[in-house]
Amino acid sequence: MSDARDGVPEEAADGEDATPDGGHAATTPSTHTVRLELVDEPGQLLAALHPIADNGGNLLSIYHERGNKTPRGRIPVEVDFEATQERFEGIVEALRSEGVNVMQAGTERYAEEVTILLFGHLIDTDLSDSLSRIEACESASVADVSLAAPQGTEQASSARLRLEARAGETEAALAAVRELADEKDLRLVEPLTGVEA
Amino acid sequence: MRLAVVGAGAVGRSVVDLAGEYGHEVVAVADSSSAVVADGVDSRHSGVDSDAVVARKAERGIVGDDDPEDALAADYDVLIEATPTTLGDAEPGFSHVRTALERDRHAVLANKGPVAERFGDLRGLVDDSDGEIRFEATVGGAIPAVSTVEDIEPGHVTAVRGVLNGTANFILTRMAAEGLDYEHVLAEAQDLGVAEADPSFDVDGTDAALKCVILANVLSFGAADDPADAREFTLADADVEGIRDVPGSALRLAAEDGRTVRLIGEATGETVRVAPRLVPENGTLAVSGTQNIVQIETTHAGRLNISGRGAGGPETASAVLGDVGRLE
Repeated sequence: MSDARDGVPEEAADGEDATPDGGHAATTPSTHTVRLELVDEPGQLLAALHPIADNGGNLLSIYHERGNKTPRGRIPVEVDFEATQERFEGIVEALRSEGVNVMQAGTERYAEEVTILLFGHLIDTDLSDSLSRIEACESASVADVSLAAPQGTEQASSARLRLEARAGETEAALAAVRELADEKDLRLVEPLTGVEA
Repeated sequence: MRLAVVGAGAVGRSVVDLAGEYGHEVVAVADSSSAVVADGVDSRHSGVDSDAVVARKAERGIVGDDDPEDALAADYDVLIEATPTTLGDAEPGFSHVRTALERDRHAVLANKGPVAERFGDLRGLVDDSDGEIRFEATVGGAIPAVSTVEDIEPGHVTAVRGVLNGTANFILTRMAAEGLDYEHVLAEAQDLGVAEADPSFDVDGTDAALKCVILANVLSFGAADDPADAREFTLADADVEGIRDVPGSALRLAAEDGRTVRLIGEATGETVRVAPRLVPENGTLAVSGTQNIVQIETTHAGRLNISGRGAGGPETASAVLGDVGRLE
């Protein structure tokens, strides 16, 4: 089961004392979001939901992004459910032992999703450092990255990033990316947020 | 109305050509070096022979044998300022409009320079004149952007945004559709006459920014109780990024995700911003080719979208002549 432990959020892995609200978190149900990656075959979604229900999770919503594909060509599914912290850990373990790829699991509910493009010398300016710096700005996490470097790694390349931002913090997340782009002389194409209709 | 048309490019020539159809009479036409002024204004046949003006401009590069100053001094009701847009002091367009207003005549501008760079000065001249200014043709060609904002009332418009440059939009559309790079599509656009030999004004976002600056001035001055409190915008107040370095690979990544990139201009009474932005591929703002779209965000009436031809002689002339009609 050591594989499964890798997927458990750090604060949980560090033991109950490390959770921000102490002992309550272990017994009070709270909302959790897991992002799963499913193969596009019949029955896959149901197979992924069983471990959640069977281990005491109360399903709230399922967002099956059929139009989207993960970089590995699979379908991302976001599942919200209620569970205590202890049961949440059990659910993530159960999902992994069933062979479901859990891309992201956390108690944080990312309410807003925003897609951006970056282009320029992404690779020369250390793409993984750029991504970790976006992750480090507490407003958002990088959910998905697609890179295109048609002329090799030394020429200008482009990346599409899907960021998941906390409710009301999309602007703060974009500001962090803007600052990073400025510093590394990258160009940023922002979405027209709040306008899409 | 009796019109004096200053500027004999595509827009000026179309105004001369179409004025009669709208019930107006052209009494003078000037370009930078020559002019033609009608002898008398007694009947509807006494105006300038518009066919002859257009023919002379095409054949000899002049509009007539008179001096450009004579056109400014002619007996007109409305001066049509259709000289090329200039930045900074916006001359000579600004002086042409000033001359008209000081003579208590109206001025209709197709030239963005004076309204974008010297809006406050223009307002001052209008205050001291019996003449009015109108400038629908400066924003979005045939699209009635300014008059729609005025109809809704600028105080009830929170933002105006849109695709306001057909050349940049054509390039982005072709890059996305054909998977080609900027340089390749630019060359194609130049061959088709969609882009100029020096495309900087369009692809660097300057043209779209000027239009947004004009809209910001309309919003700011229109919403202020006292014009003295209104914030005046010029190009220097705009945050502008162009499309020159957008790689084809970025457009491909956007398309994979059901999105595309458009050069979007946004104006509020406080800010002006022009930049390439990600928009849904089939969304309202993702107009194709040289089309323009203006999206108006209102307090009580939701969102309005008006799309259409953002450039072209007859299209822009129709906006000019619409303005002339509003002055009657």
